[in-house]
Amino acid sequence: MNVLTKNFSFFLDAFGQTLQLFAISAVLSLVLGTLLAALRVSPVPVFRGIGTAYVTILRNTPLTLVFVFFVFAYPLLEILKIDEYTAAVVALSLYTAAFVCEVVRSGINTVPVGQAEASRALGLTFTQMLGNVVLPQALRSVVPPMTSTMIALLKNTTVASGFAVFQAGNIREQLSDQGDNVLLGLLWVALGFVILVMPLTYVQQVFEKRWSVAR
Amino acid sequence: MTAASAPPMIRVAGVDKFFGPLHVLKNVQLEVPKGQVVVVLGPSGSGKSTLCRTINRLEPIDSGVIEVDGQPLPAEGKELARLRADVGMVFQSFNLFAHKTIVENVMLAPVKVRKTPAADARKTAMELLERVGIANQADKFPAQLSGGQQQRAAIARALAMKPKVMLFDEPTSALDPEMVQEVLDVMTGLAKDGMTMLVVTHEMGFARKAADRVIFMSDGEVVEDSTPEEFFSAPKSNRAKDFLGKILTH
Repeated sequence: MNVLTKNFSFFLDAFGQTLQLFAISAVLSLVLGTLLAALRVSPVPVFRGIGTAYVTILRNTPLTLVFVFFVFAYPLLEILKIDEYTAAVVALSLYTAAFVCEVVRSGINTVPVGQAEASRALGLTFTQMLGNVVLPQALRSVVPPMTSTMIALLKNTTVASGFAVFQAGNIREQLSDQGDNVLLGLLWVALGFVILVMPLTYVQQVFEKRWSVAR
Repeated sequence: MTAASAPPMIRVAGVDKFFGPLHVLKNVQLEVPKGQVVVVLGPSGSGKSTLCRTINRLEPIDSGVIEVDGQPLPAEGKELARLRADVGMVFQSFNLFAHKTIVENVMLAPVKVRKTPAADARKTAMELLERVGIANQADKFPAQLSGGQQQRAAIARALAMKPKVMLFDEPTSALDPEMVQEVLDVMTGLAKDGMTMLVVTHEMGFARKAADRVIFMSDGEVVEDSTPEEFFSAPKSNRAKDFLGKILTH
């Protein structure tokens, strides 16, 4: 307990940074991932190809390598200067978007094909069909796997420790520098993550309940 | 009769379609003039549903021409969406939007495709639901309705776009027997009001009562094209005689 009370403001600060990194990356990856899923089910072969290529590359690359690229390699290209924090957000968002895409796409596949056919028969365009008919129904069935993806993102933020972006993953170094009990400190960090994940699980339950009614 | 210069509402000429090696439509010719009700009969697997679905290009064809109101079907895209907006379609499995209430189902396309203000679309939707006899179900979800009610809602949804022509793809085949009549009544009413209709069905009673013409299909070919009286009393082909023999003996 001593480790925690002594460094409480430090813990709070670190987890605050974790949350911020998570929140920004979550929003960006959800938006990008949904757009990618739309590409992957598009009637245009080129769009489908782009979506598939993106998922293949980003999902099959270790997250650390994605970080390495944006923190070390990307600046050498001298396109647009970004600091480490932005690089971390970009790496996390692009990486997670590949997983979000696949979750959304699997949701789209659960919507009966007749729903899309009825939309097309009424004269809705592809985007209107996706936005008004297919995606709203697809999202109902993706709540549990999407929550898992978001939980993974939350924990993946600790990878940023290796790239000079301060968050909960850095707590260990600090404790170690101060000569505190690192093992005990890490247990508190683990508990911190459990506490952060709990609201996500709660949100999952709320959405599952709300969306199961209208089926 | 319409003037000779007016194009038919639907023109299908020399249409072929394959599912892999299976030749499902064989050089199909069919014209549906404005205001006519054409019923397509035939054994299952004869290609009648496929024919119905090619007319708004839910199934693309391999060769031949399909025109709706004198306009050849465009390739997939905005132009095709515009054409589909004028062609109502009713499916065997209703295909109501499961996450929207009945009235929302009917309003969706007028609001999104025709850009009708929501209030106007709702008013029209309620009138249509009144007409098909389910105005009191307007705020329920599709799953809460009986099959017959769902299919009537689906007809109202198609009518909300003020289509030039209505396609019915076995609209009563998925219904319990006691619900078939309520759907057929709505369709008969439509036919009386002069709607151009192409109806794929197994309901011989409807074909006799409401059809101007009966098309008989077998193995992907249009085998007979005649009036209901002629078709039911004196079918010309053996395949039609065989088909009628199987259903009318009960």
